[in-house]
Amino acid sequence: MIEIHGLTKVYETGEVPVHALRGVDLRVAKGEFVAVVGPSGSGKSTLFHILGGLTPPTSGGVFINGRDLLRMSDLERTELRKTHVGFVFQKYNLLPTLTAEENIEIARDIAGRSSQPLDKDFQEILQHLHITGRMHHKPRALSGGEQQRVAIARAIVNRPALLLADEPTGNLDTENSEAVLTILRDLNARLNQTILMITHNPEAAAYAHRTVRMRDGRIVDESLPGASPHDTNRPKIGG
Amino acid sequence: MIYRLVWENLKHRPVRTLLSAIFIGVQVTLILTIVGLSDGTFGEMQERSRGTGADIVIRPPNSTVIQFTGNMMHGKELVAKVRQQPHVKIATGVLVQGIGNFQSISGIDLADFKAMNGGFTYIEGGPFQHPNDLMIDANFARFRKLHVGEPLDLGNGFNWNICAVVEPGKLSQLFAQLQPLQEMYSATNQVSAVYVQVDDPANIPAVKDQLQKLLDDYVILTMQQLLDMISVDNVPLVKGFTNVVIGISLVVGFLVVLLTMYTAVLERTREIGILKALGASPGYVLGVLLREAVLLAVIGTVAGIAMTYGSKWLLHFVLPPMLTEIAVPRWWPIALAISLVGGVLGAIYPGVKAARQDAIEALSYD
Ligand SMILES: Nc1ncnc2c1ncn2[C@@H]1O[C@H](COP(=O)(O)OP(=O)(O)O)[C@@H](O)[C@H]1O
Ligand SMILES: [Mg+2]
Repeated sequence: MIEIHGLTKVYETGEVPVHALRGVDLRVAKGEFVAVVGPSGSGKSTLFHILGGLTPPTSGGVFINGRDLLRMSDLERTELRKTHVGFVFQKYNLLPTLTAEENIEIARDIAGRSSQPLDKDFQEILQHLHITGRMHHKPRALSGGEQQRVAIARAIVNRPALLLADEPTGNLDTENSEAVLTILRDLNARLNQTILMITHNPEAAAYAHRTVRMRDGRIVDESLPGASPHDTNRPKIGG
Repeated sequence: MIYRLVWENLKHRPVRTLLSAIFIGVQVTLILTIVGLSDGTFGEMQERSRGTGADIVIRPPNSTVIQFTGNMMHGKELVAKVRQQPHVKIATGVLVQGIGNFQSISGIDLADFKAMNGGFTYIEGGPFQHPNDLMIDANFARFRKLHVGEPLDLGNGFNWNICAVVEPGKLSQLFAQLQPLQEMYSATNQVSAVYVQVDDPANIPAVKDQLQKLLDDYVILTMQQLLDMISVDNVPLVKGFTNVVIGISLVVGFLVVLLTMYTAVLERTREIGILKALGASPGYVLGVLLREAVLLAVIGTVAGIAMTYGSKWLLHFVLPPMLTEIAVPRWWPIALAISLVGGVLGAIYPGVKAARQDAIEALSYD
C-alpha cells in the first residue's frame, strides 16, 4: 500500500540546502501498524509530511495505493490529504474556536462529506474514545488526553487509507499515553487501519507491529517486536 | 460548517470585530445621512412648490431652479398681463428675498395666495396686520424657538414682528407682505416669480405656450417641470459631495477589513496550517476569509443603518430648518454593496496570503 524507494528531500529554504532525507526505502502493507523511531532531526517528520502530501518529494519513488506522489501537483496533493491521509500531531492541533464535535465536522466539510450521515463504524469508535460527553466543549476545556482523542477521531472520520501520527503521546502523561496507544492499536485491529507512528518512546513503539529506525535521513534498521501483525497476509518487509 | 468557523472566528475577537463593524457602520451612516439629507431637503422643497397650488411658474430669464438671476421689473403690470390670458384663473407675483444661510423671505399677496391654495393653516396668530409682520412656518419656529408677538432680527436691520406660525409646506418658510418687502429691499414693484393657476389642468400646455410667446425669454415652467428640476441631479455640488463620501467609504471599508483580516491571518497561522493538513484547498482557506469579510460588512452595514436613526434623531436638534433628513431604505442595498465591495477587496490580500501559507511552517508555528 505504501512503497518508498530512494526517496530524498532537500529543503532549499535557508542559506544552505538541508538534506532531510537521503534515500529512504520502505514498504508498508495495508493494515500494518508501524512505529518510526530515531534521533531528532533524522527526518521522521519530513517523511510523514511527504507521505501526507504536505510537501513534495525531491526525488525517488513514493506510492500510496499506486498513486505516485512525485508527480503530483499541489492540487493533487491537497486532494490526497483530503481523501487518503489523516494526521495526528504531538500538539493535537484542534481548531481552538470550534467545539470537539465541530472540529470533527469541519474535516468532513473539507472533504465534502458533511451532508452524509456519520457511518456506524465511526460512531462505535467515538464510543471507544470516551469523548462522547465532551463533544460540545472547546479544546481549551478539554484535557490533553481528550484533545488527542478528538484529534484521532478527526483524523479518521473520512476513513483515510493511511493514518500518520507524529509523536501522538509526546505531550501526554503515562496514563493518557497508554489510552491513546490502545486506541491506535484498536483502530488498527478493528478497521484494519494502516498506521505510521513516530515516537521516541520504546514502550510506545512496542504497540506497533514493527519498528523502523531512522538516522541522518535514512532507514537504518527494521525490527519486528513481539506483537504479531493483524494482517497475516502481510508481504515480506521491503527494504 | 464553514459558517460556524467564520462566525466563531469573528466571535473569538469580539472587540476587534465590534470595532471593525462600527467603523464600517460609520461609513454607512455617513452615506445614508448625506443621501437622507439631500433627499429630505429636496423632497421638502418639492412639497413647498407643490403647496403653492400653481400650475405654471414664470421666472426671470436664465433662472435655474435653485438660483434666481435677479427680479422682474414692473411686477404689477406683468401679473395683470398674465391674468388677461385666456384660461388663467389666478396669477400672483412673489418676491423672494435671500437673507443668507440659504434662507429667504417670500413676499406674497395673501389674498391671491389664499385663492390659489386655500391659504395658510394658522397654528398661532393670524394674517398680516402691519408692514413689518412676518409669518413663519412651524419648522422655523421650532428651530428658533419662536412664538407669535416676538420680535425677530433676520440680520438685515429690520425688526420683524412675528404675527403667525403656520403649517409648513407652502412655498417658503418665511412670509412677508409683498409690497412692504419690496420697499424694504428697494425692489419696488419687482417680483422674482409669478405663480399661475389655470382653470383646467388640460389647458396647462396651451397656457404655457401662450405665455412663452408673450414673455419671450422668460423661463416658464409647468409645476411638473419645476418639480422634476428640484432634484439632487441638478445640484452638482451636492451630487459631487455624495460621490466623494461614497468613495471615502469604499476606501475606509477596504482599509478596515484589510487590517482586520491581516491581523486575523497573522494570529491564525497555525489554524490555517491545520485546515491545510485536513486537506483544505487554497480556495477553501480563501473562502473562509472572504466569508468573514462579507459577514463583517453585513454586520457593519446593519449597525450603520441602525446608527442612521440615532444620527437622525440627534440632527433633528441641530439641523437648520431648511434641511430635513429622511430615512432612505432604497439606499440600504447600495450602502451594503459599498461595504461588501470594500470588504471583499480588503480581504483578498490577507486571504491570498493565508491560502498560500506553507502548511508545515504554519504547523510548527507557535
Ligand atoms: N520546513 C523545513 N525547512 C527547512 N528545513 C527543515 C524543514 N523541516 C525540517 N527541516 C530539517 O530537516 C531535517 C529533518 O527534520 P525532521 O524531519 O523534522 O526530523 P525529525 O522529525 O526526525 O526530528 C532537520 O535538519 C530539520 O532542521
Ligand atoms: Mg519531528
